[in-house]
Amino acid sequence: MMFGLAALAIVVAAIMVLYRGIKGPRVYDRLLAINSMGTKTVILIALIGYMYERPHFLDIALVYALINFIGTIAFLKYRETGRLD
Amino acid sequence: MDIGTIICGVLLFIGCFFILVASVGVLRFPDFFTRIHPAGKTDTLGQACVLIGLIFYEGFDFISLKLLIIVVFLLVVNPTATYALANAAFISGVKPWKKGDKRQ
Amino acid sequence: MSFILTFILMLIFWVLLSGHFGLILVVSAVIFSLLVAYLSHDLLLGGVGLSSLIIKSVRFIAYLPWLFWEILLANFEVIYITLHPGMKIDPEVIEFDPALKTDVGITILANSITLTPGTVTIEAGKKSGFKVHSLTKGADLTEMVTKVKWIEGEE
Repeated sequence: MMFGLAALAIVVAAIMVLYRGIKGPRVYDRLLAINSMGTKTVILIALIGYMYERPHFLDIALVYALINFIGTIAFLKYRETGRLD
Repeated sequence: MDIGTIICGVLLFIGCFFILVASVGVLRFPDFFTRIHPAGKTDTLGQACVLIGLIFYEGFDFISLKLLIIVVFLLVVNPTATYALANAAFISGVKPWKKGDKRQ
Repeated sequence: MSFILTFILMLIFWVLLSGHFGLILVVSAVIFSLLVAYLSHDLLLGGVGLSSLIIKSVRFIAYLPWLFWEILLANFEVIYITLHPGMKIDPEVIEFDPALKTDVGITILANSITLTPGTVTIEAGKKSGFKVHSLTKGADLTEMVTKVKWIEGEE
């Protein structure tokens, strides 16, 4: 119950941020929204793991946090230098 | 209902409030450089609050240690990602919003 | 030196993440820790002596409570500004040069500035100095710079 309400609040927050991602005038606004949604997804995965009493979802959350950060950095690097090597 | 569950509920409430306010901030602020303020600060603290609440619910074992690793990781990585975004935008010539300009 | 430290750190990290102690897991833990330590020992702790590492870690932990208090204050400020219907913001960009010597100091200062009162780092470096975007006019960062210099310590 408690975890369900918290997950609902985070989904609402993610939808609000998604609006900024769709509308955002510049590519950086969109990137900010995507990064923010990614970290919210980490929290959401952890909460869902507790909702269904499967704390092993936390491994997925940890890996998702890593991939989210690396994805943002990689996209920024690609945008600044034009290549990824 | 034990004390850990109650602390967990309070921290979950505070964290969700912070995350919701951060999202409202991302929607309301007028330009990119002001939008990274709620996304970089309030979001980080809200997420840390939610995960620390889960630690109190869990008690102390390997799983809560894993949660602690995620908290530390988010606290280090979120400001770094914010800095990378802000720096990239600044280098590419996005002008900061001044008082009196119109919203973007 | 840094090779052995990295190896031990990686081993501890593996054990924390896995939590099992079967024979094949322990053997693969040792193998992969050796591999990672061999590939990246100069990245994590490159060229830092053990004693100065311990001193810096202790000073950094002593710095944390003050930082968390500042983060709390900062968040209430941002929440107040966000929920205020009049949107009372007056952004400006501050430039200053904190004269920090090490990369660790610059990283700690940049991340602390991003997390605390109404300020976000938009440029940080040894040569270029710091550029900080502030939500309201008159942000004061001298106390934080002093504390981070204390963490860096006298070489």
